[in-house]
Amino acid sequence: MNPCPCFFRLGKGRRGSIRFLSPPVFLSSDLQLLQWGSEGSLNHRDRNSTPQPLLNPRGGLLPCCPGAGRGRGLGAGREAVTSSRRRKNMAGASGLGTGPGAAGGDGDDSLYPIAVLIDELRNEDVQPPLENLATVEETVVRDKAVESLRQISQEHTPVALEAYFVPLVKRLASGDWFTSRTSACGLFSVCYPRASNAVKAEIRQQFRSLCSDDTPMVRRAAASKLGEFAKVLELDSVKSEIVPLFTNLASDEQDSVRLLAVEACVSIAQLLSQDDLETLVMPTLRQAAEDKSWRVRYMVADKFSELQKAMGPKITLNDLIPAFQNLLKDCEAEVRAAAAHKVKELGENLPIEDRETIIMNQILPYIKELVSDTNQHVKSALASVIMGLSTILGKENTIEHLLPLFLAQLKDECPEVRLNIISNLDCVNEVIGIRQLSQSLLPAIVELAEDAKWRVRLAIIEYMPLLAGQLGVEFFDEKLNSLCMAWLVDHVYAIREAATNNLMKLVQKFGTEWAQNTIVPKVLVMANDPNYLHRMTTLFCINALSEACGQEITTKQMLPIVLKMAGDQVANVRFNVAKSLQKIGPILDTNALQGEVKPVLQKLGQDEDMDVKYFAQEAISVVAQRLRKLDFPVKDSGEPSVPRADKNHFPRPRVPGEDTGKGPVYPLHGDTRDTLAQLEIAELVHFSQSRD
Amino acid sequence: MSITKTLLGRRDLADIISTVEFNHTGELLATGDKGGRVVIFQREPESKNAPHSQGEYDVYSTFQSHEPEFDYLKSLEIEEKINKIKWLPQQNAAHSLLSTNDKTIKLWKITERDKRPEGYNLKDEEGKLKDLSTVTSLQVPVLKPMDLMVEVSPRRIFANGHTYHINSISVNSDCETYMSADDLRINLWHLAITDRSFNIVDIKPANMEDLTEVITASEFHPHHCNLFVYSSSKGSLRLCDMRAAALCDKHSKLFEEPEDPSNRSFFSEIISSVSDVKFSHSGRYMLTRDYLTVKVWDLNMEARPIETYQVHDYLRSKLCSLYENDCIFDKFECAWNGSDSVIMTGAYNNFFRMFDRNTKRDVTLEASRESSKPRAVLKPRRVCVGGKRRRDDISVDSLDFTKKILHTAWHPAENIIAIAATNNLYIFQDKVNSDMH
Repeated sequence: MNPCPCFFRLGKGRRGSIRFLSPPVFLSSDLQLLQWGSEGSLNHRDRNSTPQPLLNPRGGLLPCCPGAGRGRGLGAGREAVTSSRRRKNMAGASGLGTGPGAAGGDGDDSLYPIAVLIDELRNEDVQPPLENLATVEETVVRDKAVESLRQISQEHTPVALEAYFVPLVKRLASGDWFTSRTSACGLFSVCYPRASNAVKAEIRQQFRSLCSDDTPMVRRAAASKLGEFAKVLELDSVKSEIVPLFTNLASDEQDSVRLLAVEACVSIAQLLSQDDLETLVMPTLRQAAEDKSWRVRYMVADKFSELQKAMGPKITLNDLIPAFQNLLKDCEAEVRAAAAHKVKELGENLPIEDRETIIMNQILPYIKELVSDTNQHVKSALASVIMGLSTILGKENTIEHLLPLFLAQLKDECPEVRLNIISNLDCVNEVIGIRQLSQSLLPAIVELAEDAKWRVRLAIIEYMPLLAGQLGVEFFDEKLNSLCMAWLVDHVYAIREAATNNLMKLVQKFGTEWAQNTIVPKVLVMANDPNYLHRMTTLFCINALSEACGQEITTKQMLPIVLKMAGDQVANVRFNVAKSLQKIGPILDTNALQGEVKPVLQKLGQDEDMDVKYFAQEAISVVAQRLRKLDFPVKDSGEPSVPRADKNHFPRPRVPGEDTGKGPVYPLHGDTRDTLAQLEIAELVHFSQSRD
Repeated sequence: MSITKTLLGRRDLADIISTVEFNHTGELLATGDKGGRVVIFQREPESKNAPHSQGEYDVYSTFQSHEPEFDYLKSLEIEEKINKIKWLPQQNAAHSLLSTNDKTIKLWKITERDKRPEGYNLKDEEGKLKDLSTVTSLQVPVLKPMDLMVEVSPRRIFANGHTYHINSISVNSDCETYMSADDLRINLWHLAITDRSFNIVDIKPANMEDLTEVITASEFHPHHCNLFVYSSSKGSLRLCDMRAAALCDKHSKLFEEPEDPSNRSFFSEIISSVSDVKFSHSGRYMLTRDYLTVKVWDLNMEARPIETYQVHDYLRSKLCSLYENDCIFDKFECAWNGSDSVIMTGAYNNFFRMFDRNTKRDVTLEASRESSKPRAVLKPRRVCVGGKRRRDDISVDSLDFTKKILHTAWHPAENIIAIAATNNLYIFQDKVNSDMH
């Protein structure tokens, strides 16, 4: 079911990432789902905190389950429990036609998955497993059970459907606890089309009673399935029964019910003729758009495009556009933001011949006000779509009306707004060319590039290659190049890392000659920097650039520097030299490898520091492999022999207690006086989950 | 009122009861203590042979809800003390409750089990994984009957939502969300989602030196899912409507009594701090407790309370010494009876007070082992003020301020009350057709 849809501000009290004290029953590994089927077993596990990677070591076996025995009791139960696991672990695996027999051969292996399932379901659940599962309190399990029941219903013959399935739905619908009644709501629509007329009447009757259930949970479930149920009903019944239900739910006392009725409105509207819409649906929708509760209005704003399509152009023009104007100036920022998000889609869905005038006259005035809204969420929502309007309005209108807005947003105090504009530059580039913007663009970029929040800096770096492509070499060299170089010595590692990747992309765009003249010299100068972190940045840049720059530049300009750094006094630099040599090895020719690289690596292999030794030896073996291949070029398969160097991955066993995060080498070797390095590690570890 | 049971007894700091709460039917009663434990009592079914035993509450289940923790980032100890317990509306045969300490809210599920599955394929009797090579055939586990067992399992843990200490939690009537309030903020949670909460009230000033007011308690309206109220240390109540805006920093109604300038003193602000707020069952009134009084407010009248009852006005002259021994900061709770006609709140010396709103009569009763034997009728007590002293009266000076009744609860329908007096829980019950009130 729909959790409350529409807040966006997270608890202000929260700091950093979220720590779970125990496995969160709800969102953790897929495995957990298995445990839910059998209530209570979870509890034993939690208490004894026995590890539960029951399936992990053998996860590969699981494709046996789906696909087998669909449509009958146990098989279907299996579907319910395993389906979500499938989604993550074995995307696509189910399509491979692996029935239970496929895994045969080895005795216990083929039994294993079935054993797991039997153990989990136990016989109390096996009796009518899905019916039981559809009544448990965990929403996720219930939803899965309903999903499976819906699939099963398709396999029933009409006779069996009435004999077995419909009674099951009725039992659920009249259950004591709301859990079973909510599950029933999702099953009416699948049995209705194939039921006989008498049963149909009963089903409608039951659905009606659930729509006025005492508990809000059931009314919410009914409201969320109302649209779907309406689709399978005869048109007359829709008019005579669904519409009154819809009207009732849309004026429910709980706003969590009312807001779901808005969703149903879309489906119902698609079924009715224009005249009926006007008399049956519009009064309710108008009321929803002006509901006292902002959550309901938010829903109208959020579903606006769907509503617009379902209602057709006439009602849109007469009713929805004025409603939309109200939503754009709603007193609640969440609603304005949701509406602002829809501005572009609204324009695209308008009839082509009128849309320019409608937007210019009826929407644009409101947009202009939103540009200077007090709430930054609203502004950034608008900024993320406003550029899309330029294709709808054409060149002249864009220059005259939209450009001033873009410029204002580029100067907005909120970095998110500026970022959203910059990240959508390509839309406007197609219409008027980026040059129109460059005057204001530059200060905005420079300011973001120097923002105090490193995440903002990171975001703008990611747009650099795009901007570079649109602005051209000259402009770039003149204005932005220095920024790109400055990022290389940023005090946050993530920024330096992104900056090196950025350089690589720029070289790919502007070519090696440009690299040789503008980038490489500056990078190489940093090899003599007193700060070892900056010296390491040189190595990282070389790693990234060598491939893009090609053999000549690498051998002539980069290699000597790398080799020289092998004598660095900081161990971190030395073993990064080893890693760099391993990385650029494939680009070098045999002479360089044999004559220059190998001796240095051998020397590093004798280093007093164990990490340096380790990486040097690893590099030696890779280089040696490479040399062998070069000697016998027949065997060269074109496959690069160097494993993709992954700095996050340390192949050797970790010392207990050692941080396995990014660059554990820093705490090992970092100069303790360099507090910046320490700080940024803390920062990386701390925020690795969330971006604010 | 007669006592039906005195439960718990060891004089141990961890045993001090920190919250008492009946569930929605009154069949279950939960208490939380300073040691992080939750004890659930169940009302014995009525038996025809022994009418007296009707309504006795017996221990149903005990479990450790919270453990002491240490926040290494802030060098802060997190006590395991249970600040509040709230029952969720029952959704199936199982019961669920939320319990919270200063920082973390947990959702517990309480189930009864009288069958045990046996004959697993992959694990042996002790629950250890079997060696897979020994698994050569499949069997279906079967359920064997066993003694009834009450099983308590943690379902969700809502952590990291609060920077300050959580003082109250309240479940919404939409049965989908609940809120938790700390000193400066109120968060809204979805009962199924643990990794996200929404801040709906934030009264933290930009500069903490400007801080003049903290949130002391908060509660959702019993019927209108969009309304909630929170009380402050300045004695005001703010009613917020979640329909109006996503952030309820601006209240819809402010209930505040104008200060009487003649009564103004150094202690005015401290004693006007609201320690508890409760909506009446009807949803029409709110009950607040401050240090010396309980007040009933009508939701439709913001200017002043419609009723004010003195709990222990004789302490007004003793505020200075109560300030010195910190008693003035005690947070007394208050409760409505099932029909909203009587209110109850605690006091010192193991006394608790009841006020009948219709007859305006009030009574002081004492919860103590000495004065109350099972099924004996409680005698009203009097604190004598000034000269005339009757027999059995207690003088203000001999009140024991270490014995205080902070936490009380009233059965949602019947006249059964639960009183937590430090580490003792007393459950009193109305005599059949008694004339109490």
